[in-house]
Amino acid sequence: MGKVSVVPFGPQHPVLPEPIHLDLVLEDEKVIEAVPSIGFVHRGLESLIVKKDYNEMVYVAERTCGICSFGHGMGYVEAVEKIMNVEIPARARYLRTIWMELSRMHSHLLWLGLLADAFGYESLFYHCWRIREQVLDMIEESTGGRVIFSVNKVGGVMKDIDAQMLGRFVEKLGDVEEQICAIRKNFLGDRTVQMRLCGVGVLTKKQAHDLGCAGPFGRASGIATDMRIRGYGAYADLDFEPIIRTDGDSYARCACRIDELLQSIDLIRQAAAKIPAGDLSVPVKGNPDGEYFMRIEQPRGEAVYYVKGSGKPYLNRLRIRTPTFANLAGLCETLKGADYADVPILVLTIDPCISCTER
Amino acid sequence: MSTILNFTGTLLKNLVSKPVTKNYPEEPAVYPERSRGHIVIDVDQCISCGLCVRSCPPRCIKVDKNEGTWTINRFDCIACGYCASKCPKKCLSLVPGYQKPGRSKAAVTYKKSAEVMEAERKKAEEMAQRKAAAVKAAGEKKAAAQTGGQAAGAAAQVQAAQAQAAAPVKAPSENQ
Ligand code: SF4
Ligand code: SF4
Repeated sequence: MGKVSVVPFGPQHPVLPEPIHLDLVLEDEKVIEAVPSIGFVHRGLESLIVKKDYNEMVYVAERTCGICSFGHGMGYVEAVEKIMNVEIPARARYLRTIWMELSRMHSHLLWLGLLADAFGYESLFYHCWRIREQVLDMIEESTGGRVIFSVNKVGGVMKDIDAQMLGRFVEKLGDVEEQICAIRKNFLGDRTVQMRLCGVGVLTKKQAHDLGCAGPFGRASGIATDMRIRGYGAYADLDFEPIIRTDGDSYARCACRIDELLQSIDLIRQAAAKIPAGDLSVPVKGNPDGEYFMRIEQPRGEAVYYVKGSGKPYLNRLRIRTPTFANLAGLCETLKGADYADVPILVLTIDPCISCTER
Repeated sequence: MSTILNFTGTLLKNLVSKPVTKNYPEEPAVYPERSRGHIVIDVDQCISCGLCVRSCPPRCIKVDKNEGTWTINRFDCIACGYCASKCPKKCLSLVPGYQKPGRSKAAVTYKKSAEVMEAERKKAEEMAQRKAAAVKAAGEKKAAAQTGGQAAGAAAQVQAAQAQAAAPVKAPSENQ
């Protein structure tokens, strides 16, 4: 048995700009245990609920994360709408779904770039981000912001995507789809990439289930967990199946996310074909009185929003559980027995978003 | 199925094609029409109601009614547009173009033009006068009707006097 040593990883680390700290217990080059610690960027967003009324809080909820911001806003407003029994117009439901999928695409493309960077494929990294830029342009054109959309409000949405703009987006997504199919070959067909990803950090279905893994991380281990099948937004009207892989290694996680990109394009196409005309929002009266537990599928997995109000404009409680929080346990499990050199890749394969975990 | 060098085609294409990035700032950035860049105010339309102050999530707006000013700290503004959606006069709007960087978080103040301030002051005065006159007329009418019955008349006069005293203070706020 070799000598045991502890190597600190993070909170500042070149491979990911997110402040997570891991104490890696190494025996020679093998990790035998990883002890995570977070708490470097806690912002206390949840406690703002007592100072901002429930409408203002939409803008705070959105700022939970800089990548999946739209989903956080959507999860929060849908929870409040459920408490207040507000039925939003069908057009608003479809628009939210389209924006949610665009947001998923930009998140996954960002992640693919970071993964390429982590295994040292710089040109592929920039190529992914170049594709992502086209998605960001669509987001900016339709909402006015590249990262923070600010289009949700309790009762509906504030901006419309008219038929002409939507047509243009669908056409552009055709190009994007071709480019994604091309990088799919680079990621999944390339021997050097396979050597870095195949069989690395295997998490079995049972382990993933026991540790409560969410999102593509869980789906890559064969768990069909996808909150979109619950049918919030317009997902009930769209035809799709969760994308599942069974290998449970880093390669499967990468494949899952690439296929989800193509799935997102397909969902946007379906939504664009079915989107009904009508109002964007309904007027909302009164204050939320009651509580609700909203579960939605963020790009990184299932996010949970618990909202409680007592008939006043200021809510009593907002609780957000982000997917990365659920996946940290799984991450520590995959790190056991991994090579030291694979640690950056394994940390990346859960698509960590530490800032949104700490809220 | 695995291959090697399958990115080479893309690489070669990138070598000969034009850059996808812009030579900013030599080449100016083009923002889409809906871009939420910064808030502008048509300050002469503003009625200093303070709704924007109360609705702004980071509380970066200040309004001074007496001075006729509207102040924003653009470094704190998150460009959410909530103030613009709340403003009853629709004098706020979000337009493209981002906030310039600076050395300190300085606030910008917009002041209503002298003409608008003067017009507002006159209007307020006029309203106050009209109101006072109306109250006085009502009081006299009541008093005249009650000249026969002496006891109740005194009470009505006291009431009218009280109303008159309160009117000039109340009138400007009702006007605005
Ligand atoms: S845009 Fe938002 S942050 Fe900026 S002043 Fe208006 S309400 Fe405040
Ligand atoms: S809400 Fe509009 S009218 Fe009222 S103070 Fe603000 S800018 Fe002026």
